[in-house]
Amino acid sequence: MNNIFAVAGVVIKELYRRKDFYVLFIVTILICMVMASVNIFNDAKIVRYLKEISLDLIWLCSLVIAVTTTARQIPAERENRTLLPLLAKPLTRAQLILGKFLGCWLACGLALLCFYAFFGALAASREHHWPLLNYVQAASMHWFMLGVIVAFALFGSLVFAAPSSNSTICFVLIGGILFVGRHLDQQALKLSEPARTLVDCIYFAIPHLEFYDMRDLVIHNWPLIGWEYIGVALLYAAFYMAVFLLAACVVFRRKPVN
Amino acid sequence: MLLLIAALLVACFGVAAHLEPQFQGWRGSRSTGDVFNIALGDSRQMFANSFYVKADEYYHSGYYPTIFDDNAAFKTAHMAEDTGAVTTKNHGDEHGFLGPTRNWIDALGRHFFPDHHTHLDEGGPTDDLSTSQNVREILPWLKLSADLDPDNVQTYTVTAYWLRERMNNVREADAVLHEGLRNCPGSYDILFELGRLYYESYKDRDRARNVWEEGVRRWLMLNADEWQKLNSDPQGRPPVTKIIAAWIAMPKDLNDQQKDNPLVMEQLTTHLGKVAEDDGNLPQAILWFEAGQKVSETPDVLQKQINDLKYKLGQELNPVLKPLY
Repeated sequence: MNNIFAVAGVVIKELYRRKDFYVLFIVTILICMVMASVNIFNDAKIVRYLKEISLDLIWLCSLVIAVTTTARQIPAERENRTLLPLLAKPLTRAQLILGKFLGCWLACGLALLCFYAFFGALAASREHHWPLLNYVQAASMHWFMLGVIVAFALFGSLVFAAPSSNSTICFVLIGGILFVGRHLDQQALKLSEPARTLVDCIYFAIPHLEFYDMRDLVIHNWPLIGWEYIGVALLYAAFYMAVFLLAACVVFRRKPVN
Repeated sequence: MLLLIAALLVACFGVAAHLEPQFQGWRGSRSTGDVFNIALGDSRQMFANSFYVKADEYYHSGYYPTIFDDNAAFKTAHMAEDTGAVTTKNHGDEHGFLGPTRNWIDALGRHFFPDHHTHLDEGGPTDDLSTSQNVREILPWLKLSADLDPDNVQTYTVTAYWLRERMNNVREADAVLHEGLRNCPGSYDILFELGRLYYESYKDRDRARNVWEEGVRRWLMLNADEWQKLNSDPQGRPPVTKIIAAWIAMPKDLNDQQKDNPLVMEQLTTHLGKVAEDDGNLPQAILWFEAGQKVSETPDVLQKQINDLKYKLGQELNPVLKPLY
């Protein structure tokens, strides 16, 4: 376990030494500040458009951070020729994968913490109340969704040739699932066999990332979701993380490292 | 190398200085338009429409059908429908467009997005009527929609209605409607909403009447042939009451544009009837209600009002009969 945490610590240090997060965070703040300064019919209480823009940017930035950070982990170790010395230490391949995953996931969590703190402050400045539990639900769901994405990107970095192709495929799949994932079964009904069964299989096989998109609930101040449903969704995410990590370990075990 | 770069820069500057006046004079230039016009061109109408729909989505606190759902109950934006000045095309169940749950993934997923129908002006998800001012949240998207497509009349009327009705911001509503009139001169929809603003908020009956009468003229002008017959007075511009009396006498012959907008004409005429009734001018009130009947989907309701007015008029004209004993 210590080995996993040691690798994870290195990944987290890498994130805060790189400028990606700072740039995205500052750009988010600047865009939100500019949008907040817009005068809409002299009404200073209008806030939901600002919450939406802010959350959209947070989602975009978190996806970029998660995918790009994870996709370059193993290829960078290979390119820098540090993978062999790393594995020469008392560190198994599975531990390396788990360490990389944990590091990327925790790094995303830290980034989310900053983003949601900013979001909370922005919303509170206009709404004058802070629905903390709603934000906790939204942020935890968001974080677990990033966990699935990190696990998938890590698996992709072992399968696809380059980090760029891996990132592109990840973004396309994530976008596809978020936009049409929920409706695939409805669309399947309109198709003839065997396409119908195929689309149905895809519907049940893909991780439904749209579960974790609670933006509308947060923006429009809907009441809290039952914690039991949150729990089920987090378990669902944990299952997919495990599946992708297992697949990554299996692929990495058979992969030449030189 | 430096000399070459300097020479290129000078050449660029010279060409730009030479072309700039010609570009400004060119009729196809878009440099004189606003930033949206330059950046988006004609596609800005598409964006304007999507922002208008976005405003309606906010009106429902996020509970809104996607392109994959049954949107028959959302063909006409509810935020516009609730202003009472738009003919609705909605049918079907607005509460259950999601249908019954299809499988466990669908059932679980429904807990994580807005899952029941609410309107912001009725309190939104909290059902708390004291928060009906939250309808303000639709305004940024309506403003953006109006900026992108200044020719869309409904954006101005909907914005002004909610500003006036729920935000009590009459001054801004007035400004929005006047901006709408500048962009869409003679729009009967905007004139109707402006009249409502004068009548209900400023309590200015005369200005309301003038504006509504102009709205009626503009609506009648949609049928150019009919308007020519109605407006052919050798003594100049005939009063609108004379025009409307002639219009009532004519057989009902609405063109396509008028058939698409009968509700606004009904609203204009009934509101004018109400103003005439307030003024004690009962014959004119009857005339306006009769005009309203011609386009109304519920002429019986108007007939009842006409009968009441005729009764009142009879009471005024007949001498009071005293009992003989």
